Amino acid sequence: MAISQNWLLRPFQERSTQIFLGVLFAALVVVTFLHLFMPQDSALHVSAYTVTLLGKYLCYALLAVAVDLVWGYLGILSLGHGAFFALGGYAMGMYLMRQIGDRGTYGDPILPDFMVFLNWDELPWYWLGFDMAWFAFIMVLLAPGILALVFGFLAFRSRVTGVYLSIITQALTFALMLAFFRNEMGFGGNNGLTDFRDILGFNLRTDATRLGLFIATGIALAIGYVICRAIVTSKLGRVSIACRDAEARTRFLGYRVERVQLFVFVVSAMLAGVAGALYVPQVGIINPSEFSPLFSIEIVVWVALGGRATLYGAVIGAILVNYAKTVFTGVMPDAWLFALGGLFVLVTVFLPKGIAGLLQKRRKAKTDDDTPTGQEATA
Amino acid sequence: MSMLEQLTHRDRVFDFLAPVASPVDVRHGPILYMEGVNVSFDGFKAINNLNLTVDDGELRCIIGPNGAGKTTMMDIITGKTRPDTGSVWFGSRHNLLTKNEPDIASLGIGRKFQKPTVFEALTVFENLELAMATDKRILPTLTAIMKPEYRDRIDEVLQTIGLQKLRDKLAGILSHGQKQWLEIGMLLMQKPRLLLVDEPVAGMTEQEMERTAELLTSLAGKQSVVVVEHDMGFVRSIARQVTVLHQGSVLAEGTMDQVSNDPEVIKVYLGEEE
Repeated sequence: MAISQNWLLRPFQERSTQIFLGVLFAALVVVTFLHLFMPQDSALHVSAYTVTLLGKYLCYALLAVAVDLVWGYLGILSLGHGAFFALGGYAMGMYLMRQIGDRGTYGDPILPDFMVFLNWDELPWYWLGFDMAWFAFIMVLLAPGILALVFGFLAFRSRVTGVYLSIITQALTFALMLAFFRNEMGFGGNNGLTDFRDILGFNLRTDATRLGLFIATGIALAIGYVICRAIVTSKLGRVSIACRDAEARTRFLGYRVERVQLFVFVVSAMLAGVAGALYVPQVGIINPSEFSPLFSIEIVVWVALGGRATLYGAVIGAILVNYAKTVFTGVMPDAWLFALGGLFVLVTVFLPKGIAGLLQKRRKAKTDDDTPTGQEATA
Repeated sequence: MSMLEQLTHRDRVFDFLAPVASPVDVRHGPILYMEGVNVSFDGFKAINNLNLTVDDGELRCIIGPNGAGKTTMMDIITGKTRPDTGSVWFGSRHNLLTKNEPDIASLGIGRKFQKPTVFEALTVFENLELAMATDKRILPTLTAIMKPEYRDRIDEVLQTIGLQKLRDKLAGILSHGQKQWLEIGMLLMQKPRLLLVDEPVAGMTEQEMERTAELLTSLAGKQSVVVVEHDMGFVRSIARQVTVLHQGSVLAEGTMDQVSNDPEVIKVYLGEEE
């Protein structure tokens, strides 16, 4: 067999990963080219606004991949992944706040504007170190990772699964939202963190930086996708499918189900954190609304629309739904939620395996395969 | 001070780091030893002063009417249920009451459930791969590679359970009987010393039953096998030693003929059933 034995290299030998990476990199190159080399008035010119919008979609796509990893392959329906996304975002936001320096409205060299406004005289301890990029970038991974570790340890050890776990994750993100709304928390209350200037010394308001962030997001999505693919094609991936479908059986085979769940959950939370960190400099603000339960549910809808347990389906779902959202909220802002709900119902009824399921069916019909598949598991 | 000296020895690992000796010790007889086990659920005595020993390499059938405590007994052995009192030993070295399910599984006790549970979204081959006795911690599992000897071992078990042709098919499309065999195959992959098999022929056709009987008798000797079963014909075809459970304790023990002639047994079980 030609399949590589190295778990990290295995994804590159899969057709689906090759196609995914090919399409993604082609898209990055085309957008970059159209943005840089097409004249401003040309119909093919991609504006800096569009570049940033696409960057935002890619962040959502990475977030959707993270959710698909735990939902599709481990059977854990997390309705609180927005929390990990937002924590990564806040870690990045704190770094960007410290980069403002004395250029803020109040001109304080150390304290961010909102702290001066609240009459604080010194930086809270948890803001220390965020002036250094490396520290902030590590925290982007650690903050969501540690939350997921502690939360997951408690939940999985007590064998909380199914709907109950979904409800707890929902409660987790709601509790964090309430906490971050408070001014005393030191994260800017309901205004959040904004008014960013530079990232790594580059001015955030220039087109070049925006393009750079877009490309960085694309690369992060590629890396995140490959990591997830490497996990799901490894033996551990098959064990997580086993945990999803027959938890007790897996336990009697000698696997520690709760550790498998914890591992995958933490990896997923970290990916969500990276997505949040890349999102914040592109949209220019992070506030507690990212913690809202509604947002976390929306992520699940993207994945369901795209197709569970495929990873690329999650990417397609996230991009399509958010594109639809951009168009819809421009034309008929009030109708968006109805459209999303309607879309969700239609897909669940007619495309239970999502858009990815449709693609698979197409391919299957072409190769004229006669093996029936009872592949998809129940939620 | 001597403690400190002990810590500085460079040629030895610390006691708490040394691996616990795990081989099952059967020099003193039984591979499974249960004594005075009691379990009650909300006042209902599911297991009542149960004493049971199973010898190494034995094929033992356990029969009994519904609610006799057969499944609860299996739950106790595999660590799913904790008894209120009593002791359960695996060989003469491992106290099963201090261990959890994965530990007990890796000690070498395999369990087949009443309802066949295989991983339907994985292929037959992958089902057996996951069951293989290897390092089951997270990182070794993540980086695990398929070695030729593993492949051989899987093919060998496929041969034993007669599913070679279905090797790369999803387990979800197997028939009921094939799933049961796959599950027995998964137990074999674990290289267990003791196999607990719960109602293996429920819902099987005549032929499937015959094949299962062959399979189980061929396993005995290499492994100890405990079969819980309702179907008397099936028990008669495989059993050498039969234990009758009734209301949570052992009612009779012996060969099938001895047991089926026992007046007590006829009264509580055989009489009602036939």
